[in-house]
Amino acid sequence: MPVEIDVTTVYIEDRPYPMDPEQNLLHQCLSAGFNLPYFCWHPALGSVGACRQCAVKQFKDEHDKHGRIVMACMTPASDGTRISIKDSEAAAFRAGIIEGMMLNHPHDCPVCDEGGECHLQDMTVMTGHDYRRYRFEKRTFRNQYLGPFLNHEMNRCIQCYRCVRFYREYAGGADFNSFALRNLVYFGRDKDGVLENEFAGNLVEVCPTGVFTDATLKRHYTRKWDLEFSPSICTQCSLGCNISIGKRYDTLRRVVNRYNGEVNGYFLCDRGRFGYEFVNSERRIRQSRLRTEAIGPDAAKRHLRDLVASNPGVIGIGSPRASLESNFALRALVGPDRFYAGIPSSELELLRLMLDILRSGPAGTPSLREVESSDAVLVLGEDVMNVAPRMALSLRQSVRQQPIEIAKRLHVALWQDHGVREVLQDAKGPFFIATSSATRLDDIATECCRGAPDDVARVGYAIARALHSSSPEPQDLADNQRAFVESVTNAFKMAKRPLVISGASYRNIGIIRAAANVSRVLPGATLSFITPECNSFGLAFLTGTSLEAAIKAKPTAAIVIENDLYRRLPAPEVDSFFSQCAHVVVLDHLENRTTTRAELVLSTATFAEADGTLVNNECRAQRFFGVFPPSETIRQSWQWLGEWENLDRVIADMSGGVPGLSGIAQAAPSAAFRMSGAKVPREPHRWSGRTAVLANITVDEPKPPVDLNSPLSFSMEGNPDQPPAALIPFFWSPGWNSAQATNKFQEEIAGPLRGGDPGVRLIEAGQGEGIPMASRAAESDEDARLSAPNRDRQGADAFNGALFASVPSAFQPRENEWLIIPLFHIFGSDELSRAAPAVAQLFPDPYLALNADDAAKFGAEASVMGRNLPVRVTPGLPQGVAGLPSGLPPLEGIMLPAWSGISRI
Amino acid sequence: MPLTKDIHLDRQPPDLKAYESGGGYEGLRKALRSMTPAEIVEEVKASNLKGRGGAGFPTGVKWSFMPKDAAGPKYLVANADEMEPGTFKDRFLLEGNPHQLLEGMMIAAYAMQVNVAYVFLRGEYKRAAQTISRAIAELYAAQYLGKDIVGSGYSLEIRLHLSAGRYMCGEETGLLNALEGKRANPRAKPPFPPVSGLWGKPTTVNNVETLCNVPHIISNGATWFKGLSRSKDGGTKLYGASGKVRRPGLWELPMGVTVREILEEHAGGMREGLRFRGLLPGGASTDFLTEEHLDVPMDFTEVQKAGSRMGTGTMIVLDDRTCPVGMLWNLEHFFAQESCGWCTPCWSGLGWIERILNAMEEGRGEPGDIEKLTFQTKFLAPGNTFCALAPGAAEPLQSGLKYFRDDFERHIREKRCPWRSM
Amino acid sequence: MLSPEEQREIEAELPHYPTKQAVSIDAMKIVQKHRGWVSDEALEDIGKFLGMSTSDLDGVATFYNLIFRKPVGRHVVYICDSVSCWIMGATSISDRLTARCGARLGESTADGRFTLLPIVCLGACDHAPVMMVDDDLHLDLEPAKAEDILDRYK
Ligand SMILES: Cc1cc2nc3c(=O)[nH]c(=O)nc-3n(C[C@H](O)[C@H](O)[C@H](O)COP(=O)(O)O)c2cc1C
Ligand code: SF4
Ligand code: FES
Repeated sequence: MPVEIDVTTVYIEDRPYPMDPEQNLLHQCLSAGFNLPYFCWHPALGSVGACRQCAVKQFKDEHDKHGRIVMACMTPASDGTRISIKDSEAAAFRAGIIEGMMLNHPHDCPVCDEGGECHLQDMTVMTGHDYRRYRFEKRTFRNQYLGPFLNHEMNRCIQCYRCVRFYREYAGGADFNSFALRNLVYFGRDKDGVLENEFAGNLVEVCPTGVFTDATLKRHYTRKWDLEFSPSICTQCSLGCNISIGKRYDTLRRVVNRYNGEVNGYFLCDRGRFGYEFVNSERRIRQSRLRTEAIGPDAAKRHLRDLVASNPGVIGIGSPRASLESNFALRALVGPDRFYAGIPSSELELLRLMLDILRSGPAGTPSLREVESSDAVLVLGEDVMNVAPRMALSLRQSVRQQPIEIAKRLHVALWQDHGVREVLQDAKGPFFIATSSATRLDDIATECCRGAPDDVARVGYAIARALHSSSPEPQDLADNQRAFVESVTNAFKMAKRPLVISGASYRNIGIIRAAANVSRVLPGATLSFITPECNSFGLAFLTGTSLEAAIKAKPTAAIVIENDLYRRLPAPEVDSFFSQCAHVVVLDHLENRTTTRAELVLSTATFAEADGTLVNNECRAQRFFGVFPPSETIRQSWQWLGEWENLDRVIADMSGGVPGLSGIAQAAPSAAFRMSGAKVPREPHRWSGRTAVLANITVDEPKPPVDLNSPLSFSMEGNPDQPPAALIPFFWSPGWNSAQATNKFQEEIAGPLRGGDPGVRLIEAGQGEGIPMASRAAESDEDARLSAPNRDRQGADAFNGALFASVPSAFQPRENEWLIIPLFHIFGSDELSRAAPAVAQLFPDPYLALNADDAAKFGAEASVMGRNLPVRVTPGLPQGVAGLPSGLPPLEGIMLPAWSGISRI
Repeated sequence: MPLTKDIHLDRQPPDLKAYESGGGYEGLRKALRSMTPAEIVEEVKASNLKGRGGAGFPTGVKWSFMPKDAAGPKYLVANADEMEPGTFKDRFLLEGNPHQLLEGMMIAAYAMQVNVAYVFLRGEYKRAAQTISRAIAELYAAQYLGKDIVGSGYSLEIRLHLSAGRYMCGEETGLLNALEGKRANPRAKPPFPPVSGLWGKPTTVNNVETLCNVPHIISNGATWFKGLSRSKDGGTKLYGASGKVRRPGLWELPMGVTVREILEEHAGGMREGLRFRGLLPGGASTDFLTEEHLDVPMDFTEVQKAGSRMGTGTMIVLDDRTCPVGMLWNLEHFFAQESCGWCTPCWSGLGWIERILNAMEEGRGEPGDIEKLTFQTKFLAPGNTFCALAPGAAEPLQSGLKYFRDDFERHIREKRCPWRSM
Repeated sequence: MLSPEEQREIEAELPHYPTKQAVSIDAMKIVQKHRGWVSDEALEDIGKFLGMSTSDLDGVATFYNLIFRKPVGRHVVYICDSVSCWIMGATSISDRLTARCGARLGESTADGRFTLLPIVCLGACDHAPVMMVDDDLHLDLEPAKAEDILDRYK
């Protein structure tokens, strides 16, 4: 969208540069490609002028020969400004700042985990400070235990305050602070303990030196320049944050943020950053097996082919955590009719409904950047922090959107972070949450409304109704619900960019319909659906038939890819399915209960060994690339299942064969792409030990492995220039070895990556007709029929953007039964990160959640659904509703919500 | 002399009755009854009253920055944090005549249409805390504070806040953070306090002595006030002297008396057997003046011309038997301790300076140390840091290096402090 | 647990400010007035009372020098170490008192009677050197006089 911005002219070393007057000089100098050192400024955190590193000389006019030193980050880029970066006084001042920071900084680069990607090192070199003049003793601090994710080495601190600004002001954490003063400022907790904030891991990249380093990396440490990287996509929730994954030898060493201006920006959540270790797990299946015998890949593949040939009724069960390509390969092998989604109908129906809603518009679905700039938000039925964590961080910024108008009115530049925060104080824009229990975002909510899932839906309907009379009206709302509805409605009417967030967490169709209605009657609204897994929407594009249908089909043979069915349905159902199915083939990478039921297990690639496409919650198709070269025994699912020459071939077949997926080829350049005839190297050009890596086996240097699936090479050879955005394996630029090198890859600082942020949207905003309001009311009768409980799929597909009319009735608590709903945990609910030791340390023990009154009836433990569980008092749960942690063993496979008795023990 | 006429330190400070019988609260009545807020601001502007907190900013101009039509609360704060070493003037006013300050605050508050004002008092000033809180209580009892003051329709609350101690709390935006219960790091400017101050609302901070002048200006007029002064800056000033002078003390004198007059006539010159070497004219964060500057008039403009600042107007005198390097070590130790830890030049530079001076004093000075110190004074120059603490710390050091360079060199050459064995 | 009296005093401060956080310093000083210092537990209790995290409060507590996060003696002796007092012999005062107490500046006597602390300029430079014992300012000190004064605090 072309946006009109003023342009001013700023003279740097007497040459004119066009600049954005809404920005500060540091931002603009970096955007213009200058190397100007800084510490406390951060593109996402703004300016506070603490470190004084970004000093430049500013001159009144062309006759001013003296000038004065100013901090670029605190100076607006106003018209006619004349500055010099090279000026000798400014340069000496900048070197002096580094010298000052170095007084107490240990000389431990060789043993520091940050070494080689340290912003402090880079800036030290950049300013030319190279000689120590300070002869006194250095101060020493005691370090703290901060949990399984981060190491703390306070002696390295240079007091730039970035950590505390990110942790407290940006991410909303309260258990971390600055303590004391002068040259003894200490950043940490008031006492040792696990950092509570879900985004603490970003400190690894936010800290410009080695105070906060990745504790998981430390256990298998490798320098950045010795890691081999790939551009990848996080698979641990549906948001599809872009990550850069690094490996050496046969282990995945770490995950760092890969900037995508539209999706994750500069930050990841801790599940995404630290959950990667399942790739190295002991439970990995590294060898295929037939019953209990290990078999080679060729034999395994032959066996699979024979099995398919001799079982014409073989079905395929796909997976929301497998790539589009792998799911498609299975579908191609068994035929679309016998391809089933590996998820229960309760989930699949909702996914397809969400896609229908998004397709028909008019509300577009926002990227995370757009979520961040929403100025009024309603969350219906989602515990965003625990289900789609990175979105919660965006929501924390969105509540600043309305108050920020005050700052604009007072002419406080928006990049002037603390100035803006002083003006805003605790003012927060409208943010409303309707859920069945407390969430981790309640602290920023204007108002929360608690109720059983049906009541959440009713509140949603009531909001739509209050906004537009053609939406159906729920009867008999409680007073608190009515008050909530009124607040939301008033706020939404004033908003310029309102956003409705909903999803499948409660498996409640009413909630999704209500969200759709709100978004449809609210001009300018966007609608964001959170889906359960990294490729939930991708799977829904490929099939409409559920796991239950697969079971009902009573096949004699089944192929299951990357899916532990015991997490999907109750064990007895899965057991009986497997026992009546003569031949079961399972493709997966970690042992689980499903693999134990297989006749043939094919050792399958994780995301770190595979290439493919995932469709995130905004229907953005994004490509990920493996970092491990092809292995003898491990194949990607699509490679096991078909005979495609490479990934591009699968994509070509799929985009031609599946409606809605025609665009996916554009998610990244094809394998044939070359830059000046060369591939994009996965290894930094300083990658060391190349001739020695295999010296214990052979002294011949083997030919680097060939990558048929991507334009990336498994070596340091290739074109050293910046690749297209979707192919950036790691951020590095001469003189910029740390994550801050991202600056050099953006069109403008904090803007899109050069050539545009990667990923293609499969459904564009407002694609649908957006039926005129007037005609909607007339259709509502038919719609009521369409959305009646037992409507068939045909009916739903025909859904065309009208308003949903069937309001659920109010929740009725039962005498001796509770409605058990799923409760989500960022650490614990996800399947794969269970096998990551650091994340596993933070799992809660299974429990039964009850509100205080109900809990009082049972004491410390209670029995529910055949299990004895400790009782946990959970604020917000309505009377008659209980909760169980989702996905947490031994509670996986329970289909929730469900009614159940609870008994004393 | 208006400010001190009712102050007798051997007695209790005047209570409300006594203060009123000496003409107290006449200024307030006049302001409330016969002047508009704008007229008061104009009067104060016309009086040439300049801020007595150290920076000398014209008070009336400062008040005029407060928005007139802003919705919501506005605040006034009396800065009674007095922590500048060598400064002891505000304590005198606070303990000696609390009502004078409170009347000044009330007029100022009315002029800016402020409804809540705070006295931000240094925690160690226990006696002042008593006098001020007693006086506030008297005012509430007499309905001078609260709703509808003396039938004017104007309402004002005044609260006393006791600080938990830090020099930074005196810096006006550090003070705002302290008052909000936060760490007293200063704030970025812009936005300036009149735009966004306490709790994001328009706020003005004035020094105690500044505010104490206000009732007299209103009672007697700007012309009278200007007439008190011997210089362009209006009014009288509390001048003080400490160090080895015959009669250390504090005197209210016309603005613009010379340094010599204060030092020789009022402080009685140097003690027996000692010679004058130099002085810091207005607290720890001002440049040394020496013999050649004795005839400089003590006002904001003239002292600046002489290469220093009048600061708080309370001079610290250095004699010829006290080590200038030791004195600077003491000063820089103070500044290094009190750095809030925000700006690199300040937290790192001051710590280094202190260590070098300490090393010199202990005979561990090294060739090159003077150059390092000189570099640091430039490093800490105005504009290079967020607030004036760091440049303030550089002032005595840079001038000390200029006027007492031999002493520094001797410390390094002789590997000892030459004064220690004396 | 905050005592009822502490709670009452803290509550009395609340109406003076528009936010609870603004009372944090007053609250810590109130607790310190009653207990001599602010312990970790006290910090937690104040935090709960004011709706602040312990880290929030401790960040504030450790910034200021008049909030004690360690126990102090029955009497706190603040010896001014700023420039005017230094010129007038403050070092000889603190030397004498530290010797007499057997404790260095920043430490407490073994019997828990005194804690000796350096303090910045007490605003009585015309009577330097000075010190403050608890709430009382003592002027025009000499080493012997300072020692005598301490004897008065039991
Ligand atoms: C580090 C520092 C400490 C200060 N301490 C005080 C103080 O204790 N009292 C004071 O009135 N002003 C102090 N000031 C000056 C204030 O910032 C501010 O200029 C003053 O209170 C304004 O009042 P005035 O305009 O009436 O002078 C200090 C400034 C700095 C930089
Ligand atoms: S100059 Fe020193 S005291 Fe002032 S803000 Fe910077 S660090 Fe803090
Ligand atoms: S980056 Fe400008 S002062 Fe830190």
